[in-house]
Order: sequence, then structure tokens, then C-alpha cells
Amino acid sequence: MARVVVDVMPKPEILDPQGKAVQGALPRLGFTGVSEVRQGKRFELELEGEATDERLAQVHEMAATLLSNPVIEDYAVRVLS
Amino acid sequence: MRVGVVTFPGSLDDVDARRAVRLGGAEAVPLWHGDHDLKGVDAVVLPGGFSYGDYLRCGAIARFAPVMTEVVAAAQGGMPVLGICNGFQILCESHLLPGALIRNDHRKFGCLDQTVRIESATTAWTSAYAPDQEVTIVLKNGEGSYVADLDTLDRLEGEGQVVARYVGGNPNGSQRAIAGVSNAAGNVVGLMPHPEHAVEDLCGPGTDGLGFFTSVVASLASA
Repeated sequence: MARVVVDVMPKPEILDPQGKAVQGALPRLGFTGVSEVRQGKRFELELEGEATDERLAQVHEMAATLLSNPVIEDYAVRVLS
Repeated sequence: MRVGVVTFPGSLDDVDARRAVRLGGAEAVPLWHGDHDLKGVDAVVLPGGFSYGDYLRCGAIARFAPVMTEVVAAAQGGMPVLGICNGFQILCESHLLPGALIRNDHRKFGCLDQTVRIESATTAWTSAYAPDQEVTIVLKNGEGSYVADLDTLDRLEGEGQVVARYVGGNPNGSQRAIAGVSNAAGNVVGLMPHPEHAVEDLCGPGTDGLGFFTSVVASLASA
């Protein structure tokens, strides 16, 4: 069993209205000093068997075809355990 | 002339789209997301709504619905396909159209009568309009901000693939105020505003939207 995490983030040049909304809410709650918030998604995939190079290549393919939209998002894959 | 309208789980505007198809002079054929079957239609409309609850990203799950395999193949073969609002998002996720649609820059759901300029009257869905004609149809979306990289935007402008542009202010932060685009062949069109809500005087802002549906009948008749 291996747990693989795929982090998906809006590309730096793409406006992130949700992150902006969160950033705007922080000072209203008394939290100051945050100059930017970017909001993304985290996927945790439980793989059957080991996280071999071949399986990880499949995870990259999943990330590029479904979990993220490469037009507006970047993704990163890492193995947790 | 038979125009199919796909119903996904969460589609809202499929019935209005079928009515608009009929008013445009074609037979409206209901299509089901779970069927690998276009029922022999001559064109397809992907309607507005929240397919699959907008889970993951708008249109991201609908792209893999069984019916979309058939729609993508038919579109690549030249069949006219119109995606409205959520349908536009599905066409972008399916890579039938370039770019993507993200949350409105002002973060609010917008619902208004919107004037757009028809920038390309040569597509299968806009031939009934005059070039640069301004029409008023309904705009209602939360994630209608059109984005693409600079090269793609320049290419779309240069090749005449910008089909419609917002007039009188940009209602959702779309790059270059783009309201709709087409593929290179002009048979696939994505549109954020809703022409199917502007086809009768009784409700909506008039009948300016009807031209999209008469256009496809004319283009099929001449094909």
C-alpha cells in the first residue's frame, strides 16, 4: 500500500478569486500580515501495491488528464508512505 | 433536420434548449449522458447547468460521460456542436475548444441581460447574424471568466475564432471580453451567455438568441 498525494494549484498567472476572497476575510478576523493567498486542491490516492516508477507514471497521467486542467493549473506528485 | 440536446445529471437548460431548437426550425432530440448514442442527429447542443454538480472542475467529469465520446468524434468529423455555459466548459475540458473558464473575477454569480457583439458570422451557429451585429441575450454564470495563454488568444483573434465579445463592460473578467469562441473549422462553438433564453418575446430580453438556432438549420441545409 502506498499513499500518493497530488497537489493541484492555479498557475501563477491565473487569477485565483477564491484565494482572494480568503485573503480578504483574514483581516476581518483580526489576522494581519498575509500578502497573498492561493487556493488549490489536494488529492490523496491509496495505491494497491508499491509506488513503483510505473505506477507513479500512471499517477502523473491521472493528474494531467483528470485531476488538473493544464490550461489553468499545475500539479505536483509526491509519495507519502 | 434533427438537433440533439444532451442531458447530464445536473443539466438545467436542456428543456429550454430543446424549445429553442424547435423554434429555430429543427426537430429537438433528447440525448442522455449515459448512452453511447447520438440517435442519428445532425447537430448537438450541450446545455447549461451544473453537470455532475460541478465536482472537480466545471465540465471535468461530464467530459468523460459515454455520450461525449460520440460528441467528440462527431465534432472532429465536422458535425455542428454548440456548448452553452456549462456546455462551453465541457467543450474546453474536452479540448474541442482552446482555453478554460474560471470563477468570475468579482466572485459573484451574475444574472443579467447582456449585450454581445457577434464577431464571427461565419460559424455553423452564427451565420444568421450580420458581422459585428450586437445582440442582447441572457448571461448567468459563476465561472464564466474565459482564460487562455497569450499565444492562444492572439491566434483566436487572428484566425477569427472569437465568435462573440461582451459589449458595455466586462461582466466576469473574461480575457479580451471574450464571450464565445469556435474551433478552427467553425463547426464547434462555445458560448457563455444563453441564446436559448432569448427566443420568445413572452419571456427573456427578446428574440435575439434565435439566430443561433436558425443558423445551424441553414448551415445543415446548405451542407
